[in-house]
Amino acid sequence: MLKQLTLVFICSLTLIACDNKKSSTDNTASSAEESQTEPTEVNVYSARKEALILPVLDRFTEKTGIKVNLLTGKADALISRIASEGKLGSADILITTDIGRLMRAKQQGLTQPVESDFLKQTIPVNLRDTENHWFALTTRARPILYSIANVKPEQLKDIEGLTSPDWLGKICIRSSSNIYNQSLIAAMLVQRGEALTTEFAKGLVANFARPPKGGDRDQIKAVAAGQCDIAIANTYYLAGMLTSQDESQVAAAQKVKVFWPNQSNRGAHINVSGTLITKHSPNPEAAKALLEFMLEKESQAWYAEHNHEYPVRSDVEQSEVLKSMGSFTAENIDLSKVGELNGEALKLMDKAGWK
Amino acid sequence: MQIPAVLKESWSGATVLLALLLFMPVLIVFSSLLQPEWDAWEHLSETVLADYISNTLWLAFGVGAGSLIIGTSLAWCTTHYEFPLRKSIEWLALLPLAMPAYIIAYCYTGLLDFAGPVQTLLRETFGWQFGQYWFPEIRSLPGAIIMLSLVLYPYVYILSRTAFSEQSASLMEVSRSLGKTPSQHFLQVAIPLARPAILTGTALAMMEAFADYGTVQYFGVSTFTTGIFRTWYGMGNEMAAAQLSALLVGFVFMLLSLEKLSRRKIAYYYQGQKVSSPKRQPLSRFASLSLTLLCLLPFILGFAVPVLLLIDWAIEVGSHQLDQRFLSLLINSFGLAASAAFCVVSIALIFGYAKRVRKKVSLTLPIELANLGYAVPGTVVAVSLLLVLTWFDKKLDALLSNLWGVSSGLLLSGTVFALILAYSVRFLAVASNNIESGLGRIKPSMDEAARSLGANRRQVLIKVHLPILKTSILSALLLVFVDIVKELPATLILRPFNFNTLAVRTYELASDERLADAALPALAIVCVSLLPVIILTRAMQASTKDEED
Repeated sequence: MLKQLTLVFICSLTLIACDNKKSSTDNTASSAEESQTEPTEVNVYSARKEALILPVLDRFTEKTGIKVNLLTGKADALISRIASEGKLGSADILITTDIGRLMRAKQQGLTQPVESDFLKQTIPVNLRDTENHWFALTTRARPILYSIANVKPEQLKDIEGLTSPDWLGKICIRSSSNIYNQSLIAAMLVQRGEALTTEFAKGLVANFARPPKGGDRDQIKAVAAGQCDIAIANTYYLAGMLTSQDESQVAAAQKVKVFWPNQSNRGAHINVSGTLITKHSPNPEAAKALLEFMLEKESQAWYAEHNHEYPVRSDVEQSEVLKSMGSFTAENIDLSKVGELNGEALKLMDKAGWK
Repeated sequence: MQIPAVLKESWSGATVLLALLLFMPVLIVFSSLLQPEWDAWEHLSETVLADYISNTLWLAFGVGAGSLIIGTSLAWCTTHYEFPLRKSIEWLALLPLAMPAYIIAYCYTGLLDFAGPVQTLLRETFGWQFGQYWFPEIRSLPGAIIMLSLVLYPYVYILSRTAFSEQSASLMEVSRSLGKTPSQHFLQVAIPLARPAILTGTALAMMEAFADYGTVQYFGVSTFTTGIFRTWYGMGNEMAAAQLSALLVGFVFMLLSLEKLSRRKIAYYYQGQKVSSPKRQPLSRFASLSLTLLCLLPFILGFAVPVLLLIDWAIEVGSHQLDQRFLSLLINSFGLAASAAFCVVSIALIFGYAKRVRKKVSLTLPIELANLGYAVPGTVVAVSLLLVLTWFDKKLDALLSNLWGVSSGLLLSGTVFALILAYSVRFLAVASNNIESGLGRIKPSMDEAARSLGANRRQVLIKVHLPILKTSILSALLLVFVDIVKELPATLILRPFNFNTLAVRTYELASDERLADAALPALAIVCVSLLPVIILTRAMQASTKDEED
């Protein structure tokens, strides 16, 4: 028995070794083709999932010959890893969702400014760092979603209206541990101040149909099933459900519609996914090339089509599903401030009893 | 063969060093207490801390009780009664171990949630609306307790079954001759004798519950682990998060010490030598059939239902995921788990023997401390370990560039070595609890008897210890292997570039709320874990057969 096990042990070690060696020989092969001065690889830490980023990275390699090494993970853990690796760090680029994370990396001094006219021309001013430390790749909106059967759009106006007693026991939203909600509240803090935001959070919690649980899709499903009338969720989740292979998801999503709140005042809440180059990047040239590539029309179009997020370039079409949700006025605020107030927002939600 | 004193000293010195290395991440967590974050604590205690504490305790004790009841009763029934399908149930009962807790949570939510098929069917059949009927809410604290108990009871089952099957039939006869009924024998003799094994298994299940993140987070139950991540990610306060972790580990340390204290005065060297194996009691037809059903229940709920659901989902979204990449996921998961399990169990053996040979506190304390990593959430272990490894890398790099002008870069962090080290920190407790309960069955007098018959140390080890320890080693290997295949947070942070495992893939799809797409890799995790379960069961059955012959 023990002999067999030892054999298994040795075999498995060899397997891993071979697997890794294979990728490293790929590596040397591709570097041999390149001339000496050209950058040959770039290391990406990505909080975006492999399936949502790899096709773009593969296309980059195809076009430039620069090999991309990818490590996916949770944003905050990746930031910790960059911080503890310090000047020996291997990461060139961090790709992540949510402004809170981009700002945290910058505040910890893990980033470096990137001077690029292309980026400046392509990305609207409010979607990049004033000191050029981070750049948005896409934006995403977090509007009100309502049950077509139980709610008339005339009943809705601003997001603040959801605190009215009319909606008692009718609102579904996920936990305050989720960074999308933290940013929603942080953005409100920036625009309306602490007192009004606290009032909003308390009023919203009072109208919850159930203690927060599950993800954004779960809130949409709960509206479809009649457990609540209103959900707050990101649009790409609804789009993902509408285009899903799973018929029950499509059926649920079709019972729900988007309402764009605050159109007569500050606009609907948006957030970004973005990227930055690390301070100790070993391949800054290649990193910059990749950063710029992600803002090329081609990559932006892929993002828009496959992830159902809004491209930051205005000359790239939105996906059909997103277009069907209608156009809207978005908040126009300093995203850096939203990122800075993330912690405050969480404390405020704790006090409001938002689980 | 005499071992020189110097060698003996350096050997135990090395053991202490190894134990301290494994304790390092936990120590870093504790060291955060030196700089208390009063503001954060004031906020936490005013708002959410009470919830964290009560939910965490309910969860841990609930899971402890659940696993204890399911695990011991299953073990007792399969060792003491004869009923249809008993042999199959013996190994079927182990299978839920292969099911990651967060996956079973996803499955049952999909099935029993308000929008799920069961409630929808009820509504359609009876024309009910929301609020017109009562249905248990799966995503709640009781739900989380049930989910975790369903996948963690095998820890208790596996350990207590070994203990029960080693109790000889003569014990039962003695009880009977003293006028005890079978149930009195069970409660007053069998259970107390198997107590170390049962409590060890329960402690493991509870520690796993303490460290669980995936399930409670999905169910919206605020516990210490969700609090740690809220404080870290949400407030960006890494220090306060580490202090919360320290409090959590403190809890666990207290519990473990209480358990140790409670059996301090009792020596549990049960004589393994059997006069006769316990004969299984035959039962009436009705009783045996209902026992079959009852014993199948944990397997059905903890394995069959979620697996069928996963298969259903996997078929629905098609097999386009099965490609070259998927194969390399399989290879990575299997290879990593197999080699790391081997390392972890080897360390556990070294520690187990060190404790047995030298009972000095200076040796046993570091080893006890090294076991604490099991109760720390994987992410916290990983981040602390990252600090240790990068510190070493930086020092080495500075030294080498001073001496010879070469840069070693990141030598240890971001390699498979870092992963194996992290697994050792996390899962040492699983291995050493198995090994120690095995070693506990080898009476010191056996060594003495063998030595007096002329056997040298090596022979004692191979001819006396190994055969007795075999099952414990195997079950330790199995449990650690399966734990590593399922492990997510540490793998996620510490793995090298372009290196993915099945757990990582499952997490990525599931956290993107694409549960159906996550079904295939989740099934693969289950399948990879099944392999050692089968090996172990065969080995166990073979070893009991040897004894019966």
